[in-house]
Order: sequence, then C-alpha cells, then structure tokens
Amino acid sequence: MTDNDNSYHIRLEGLGKSFQDKTRHVRAFDDLNLRVRHGEFVCVVGPSGCGKTTMLRCLAGIETPTDGVMEVHRAPEPETSPRAMVFQQHGLYPWMTVQGNLKFVLDASPIPPEQHEEIIDRHLTRVGLSRFKNFYPYQLSGGMNQRLSLVRAFCVNPQLLLMDEPFVYLDYQNRVNLQALLLELWSDREPTIVFVTHNINEAFTLADRVMVMTRSPGTFKREVACDFPRPRDVLELRKNTEFQDKVFFVTQDLKEEIQAAARLIEEETARKARTAR
Amino acid sequence: MSNGERFLDREPSRRDERWLFIASPIIVLLLWEAAVATHLIDGRFFPPPHKIFAKIWELAVHEDLHEDVLASMRRIVVGTAMGFFPGVLLGIGMGLSRWTRAFFAPLVALSYPIPKIAILPLLLIIFGIGEMTNLMVVAIGVFFLSLINTFDGVRRIPKQYFEVARVYGVSKRDVFFRIVLPATAPSIFTGLKLGAGYGLILIVAAEMIAARHGLGHRIWNSWETYIITELYACLFLISLIGIALAFLLEKLETRIIHWKQKDAD
Ligand SMILES: Nc1ncnc2c1ncn2[C@@H]1O[C@H](COP(=O)(O)OP(=O)(O)OP(=O)(O)O)[C@@H](O)[C@H]1O
Ligand SMILES: [Mg+2]
Repeated sequence: MTDNDNSYHIRLEGLGKSFQDKTRHVRAFDDLNLRVRHGEFVCVVGPSGCGKTTMLRCLAGIETPTDGVMEVHRAPEPETSPRAMVFQQHGLYPWMTVQGNLKFVLDASPIPPEQHEEIIDRHLTRVGLSRFKNFYPYQLSGGMNQRLSLVRAFCVNPQLLLMDEPFVYLDYQNRVNLQALLLELWSDREPTIVFVTHNINEAFTLADRVMVMTRSPGTFKREVACDFPRPRDVLELRKNTEFQDKVFFVTQDLKEEIQAAARLIEEETARKARTAR
Repeated sequence: MSNGERFLDREPSRRDERWLFIASPIIVLLLWEAAVATHLIDGRFFPPPHKIFAKIWELAVHEDLHEDVLASMRRIVVGTAMGFFPGVLLGIGMGLSRWTRAFFAPLVALSYPIPKIAILPLLLIIFGIGEMTNLMVVAIGVFFLSLINTFDGVRRIPKQYFEVARVYGVSKRDVFFRIVLPATAPSIFTGLKLGAGYGLILIVAAEMIAARHGLGHRIWNSWETYIITELYACLFLISLIGIALAFLLEKLETRIIHWKQKDAD
C-alpha cells in the first residue's frame, strides 16, 4: 500500500464474490481492482450477468464480498450520509406519501430534524413534484416515481451514491430528462457516484470515467476516460464526434464479450448434448 | 326474450349491484312465501318469512331476545380481541426471528389442524359453564387465523424494502414500526376478518352447550321445545350479525389501509 488510503473514496483490491448454495457455485465477479476519487462519477458497463448489481450491492453493504479488499472511506464532513442508493425499480414505500418517503430516510440521516421540511420542499421543487407532496406512489407515473427515488437519494446529502440501472424502465424522453436532472443534482455537491448501466450512450453522457467489464464472472477489462467539459448538454453531447467514437469503441468491445459469452453457452450445450448421447 | 338477453349482455354497474343486493334476498323471501302458500314446501319445516319476522318481533317485545343478541356479540368482540393481539404478536415474531419461528412452527403445525370446537369439552372442564369458556373458544379460533395470516404477511414483505432501509441506515425501531407493520397490515386485516367470521361460527356452537344466554343457547332451546319459527328467527339474526361485522371491518380496513388502489370494478 503505497498510497495514502484516504486519498481515494473507494478502493477495491482483487475483490471477488461467490454465491454458494447446496447444489451450485456461482462466481458473480472476479478480481476487481478499482480506485475511485472523492467526487468522481464512474459508470460501469458490462454484459448481462457479469456481476454489476452484485458489485454495487457489496458497496452498499447489503452483500458481503468473499475475496479481496473493499475499502469505502468516510470523509469527516458533518451532516452528510455515508451512502445512498437508487434501485432499478424505484423501491419507494407504497404506504408513505411523496414527502413521507423523503422524511423516512431523512430521519435516519445525521441531518438535524429542523431542516427536514425545508430540504424536502427544496428537493421536490427541483424535480417538479412539489404539487404531489401528499400523493401516494400509486398515484404517480413511473417517471415521477423514479424522479422521487432520485431525490430521495440526494436529499440525505450522501457522500457515495450507488445507482443500478435507475432509468432502464423509462421511455426515451423520460430517460433523457432524468439524465439531465441527475447531472444537475450531482453538480451541487458532487458526491461520488458509481452508476451501473447497459446503455453505453448513457455511460458516456454522465461519467468522468467508464469502466468496461468482461463477461461473467466479470472483471474490469478496460477503462475509458470521459472528460467532456461540464456542465454537459445531454443531447448536444451526442453530436460530438469524440463522444460518438468512444461510444462506438466500447459498443464494439462489449459486443465481442457478449458474442464470446454466447459461443461459450453454445459449446457448453453442445458438449452436454454429446455426453447425453 | 330478446329484451332479457340484451339486459344480461351488459355488465352490472355499481348501482345495479347495489339494488340487487337488496332485491335478491327480497325476491327469494317472496318466492318462499308463495311456495308455502301453494303447499309446494311444508310450512312446518319451512315457516313462511312473515311468521319468522313476527316471531322476531314477539321475542323482542315479550322476551329478552336483545340480551341473547348482545351476549353473543359481546363474546365475539371480546373473544376476538383476546385472540387477535397475541396472534398478531406471535405472527410478527415468527416472521422476523428465526429462533422464534423454529421454536413455535412445530407447535402451531400440531395444534392448528384441531377443530377448535373439539377443545370445548376441555375448556368446560377447566373453566366450567360460563363466560370464560365461551370467550376462550372464540379467542383460540381467532388466534390461529391471525397468527397464520400475519406470519404469512411478514414473510411476503419484499426484500427490497429492508435493503433500502439498510442502505440508508434506518434504525431497527423504524424498520419495525414504519416498514414491517404497515407492510403487514393488509394480511393482518385478512386474518381479523376471517377470524371474526370464524368466531361467529364458534360462539354459536359453544353457546349451545356452554352458556345460559346467547343466540346459540336460544337455538338449542328452540330445538328442544320444537319451536321452529324461533329457530329460524335466530338464524336470521346470526346472519345479520355476520353481515354487520363484515361491513364494519371492511370500513375500518379502507380507513387504515388508504395507500392502496381500490380495485377498479
Ligand atoms: N443472491 C444470489 N444467489 C445466487 N446467485 C446470484 C445471486 N445474485 C446474483 N447471482 C448470480 O451472480 C451473477 C451476477 O449477477 P448480477 O445480478 O450481479 O449481474 P448483472 O451484471 O447485474 O446483470 P444484469 O446486467 O442482467 O443486471 C449471476 O450469474 C447471478 O445468477
Ligand atoms: Mg443488474
């Protein structure tokens, strides 16, 4: 360990995770090495099943890695939460109103209660939900619920924000809107973000750095810098040729991984069929 | 004929359902009257409805019918409360804690299948003829239904609810009161509704043997004295109590569980 450990927010060293039950052993990801600086926005892309969600759940503390080192440092800043997470499906509580859902996580945060009301109002206004303060999630559209789950994460003022394909179930228009909204919210205090997605366009729109994973069991295969100036215009950026080149390059890269994975599955089935005969 | 077909072709509206709710029992009662009047059925075993209503009136005025009705209702309410709260508590305990579950699951599995009315003689030995025996029969029936439904409800809470709480560092206390309880509330209500309905069955059966008041007791009396109209009068009243109970619990449920979409029909 040559570095000063606290200079990174996240440090993964040979991190691996296996699931083991009575009948089978699954290697979710393997030998992950990663350092993320404070305030960095990292996107992770990779083929389906390569262990992205599992890695994020380890970082969130709801899953335990089985090998290697995982360090997540906590900066000594007052009135910040160590972490927050936005899930694929919004994960809101149906019996709490819009503001109730925010209040619930604020109550668990180190933010003093007398500030809660102001924080809730400010955040709901930013995502255009202030009129729906007293509505229940079932009374909102899918896009509105995902916006709510986005501000739920930001309102506790997290140092680390973990996002697992948060926009995957939204239509194109909603997705672009929420990407812009995310960049805007992030620019306030710039928490560290690890953002998992299948969408390579999305990754290069948002990130400072894009990590590409191999097929299962995933490990980092490549990292691509993504230093387009900020603030970024989500749609304008797509016209940028350097952006297009990067997207094309990583798409190609992933396609190879996916094809290789498909070939493996084919060979496996063929082998099984032969041994069965 | 073609008119009738067109009428049944469309789905009943909510208004249709409401007036049919009143109309269909009235139609059946009228048919019943007519069938007795024309000697299609034997009026001795199936006394015509007007005689039954007259009997209810007579009992209410000249005898203490209201005392029997109140006695049965009180036993259902008190007995249900006695079984409901312990059932919910143990159900949640078993749902949340592996140790509690491991210890109580076999006991519940062994005792649940016993028809609760079969415990009545045992209760009679322990408590004698009196209030406690009647209350305990209801309580035991309600206890199991509350326990099983609550337990099931806790087990069905989506894992993601707990994971979100974990990520945001929510306290155990808040997880219990602000996640587990509301998430389980619909199942708890199912248990309560089933339990109260079962309680009505149990109390009538228990009162036949173990009480000196109550509708069950009166039914048994009418059988022994062979007063068939009184028997029917009691059945009508039991049915009314059942409907009132279901209606009240339904109202209470929609009041408490207000975050759910009403079924769109
Ligand atoms: N709780 C679990 N028990 C057993 N195996 C699991 C569990 N969770 C994940 N896995 C396995 O770990 C591997 C990685 O899963 P993971 O969900 O992390 O992939 P992913 O990269 O997020 O995929 P996707 O892009 O499709 O969401 C898969 O093979 C999966 O079957
Ligand atoms: Mg995933």
